[in-house]
Amino acid sequence: MLAESLALSAVLFTIGVVGVLTRRNAIIIFMCVELMLNAVNLTFVAFSRFYGAEGQVFVVFVMTVAAAEAAVGLAIIIAIFRHRQTVNLQDINLLKG
Amino acid sequence: MQQHYPLFYTFHFYFFGVVAIASALAFVTRKSPVAAALWLVNTMFSLSAIFVLLDAQFIGVMQVLVYAGAIMVVFLFVIMLLNLGHPSEIADTRGKWPVFAASLIGIVMLSMIMSISRGRIAADFQVPVGFAAQQMEKYGAVGTVARPLFNEYLLAFELTSVLLLVAIAGAVVLGRRKTADAR
Repeated sequence: MLAESLALSAVLFTIGVVGVLTRRNAIIIFMCVELMLNAVNLTFVAFSRFYGAEGQVFVVFVMTVAAAEAAVGLAIIIAIFRHRQTVNLQDINLLKG
Repeated sequence: MQQHYPLFYTFHFYFFGVVAIASALAFVTRKSPVAAALWLVNTMFSLSAIFVLLDAQFIGVMQVLVYAGAIMVVFLFVIMLLNLGHPSEIADTRGKWPVFAASLIGIVMLSMIMSISRGRIAADFQVPVGFAAQQMEKYGAVGTVARPLFNEYLLAFELTSVLLLVAIAGAVVLGRRKTADAR
């Protein structure tokens, strides 16, 4: 089952990357990043099944960081939306206020 | 290494794997952000089923509670708060060439990850067959995770709480509406 889990994780991670590259909505891009984190979690769990339980500890850490990242990132998106009235990343390409 | 799995186990593993991939594909192709978020929730549910099949019951529960329950609800809140339903926001994917290039990058990346994951790991790193079930019987589903978390990784765990505190403060500062006197 290890090889199958790693293959599934690779496919999900790649779907996340392609989503980040093809979408323009900042929130959907953000959700693609969450999908990539989930794929990495699957890798950790699969390895922890066959190589000792430490992998699950790292999954807990990844989940915590994902929660923190979601909070800060969505706050940034809301701030940008208030300022520019859009979350389309092609309209937000200048690094000035 | 070669372990025999019952048909029940294999069937459910492949079933939830296919569901996860299909809903992930639906997630990146949906135009509406709300539909995309709901497909992503579906992916997370099937991943949590796979975690349970991989003897990580606690992580499976955390996946449903934290990811599908908390993080995705925050995403849905923001989508509804910003009211991202109007047509200019929905016409969202890029043109033909960027999508083609992205798919090419995706295929190259997939083959790279696949070839890396086929590498051999020395057999003495591996725990004996049935080790996970044995741990589970000894310490329980939570204890299996909690023991290393509060022994070897205690410092990292405490630092995580600092990270969460910083994230809360940052989110509050960023999300605050600027009043006239605060400028």
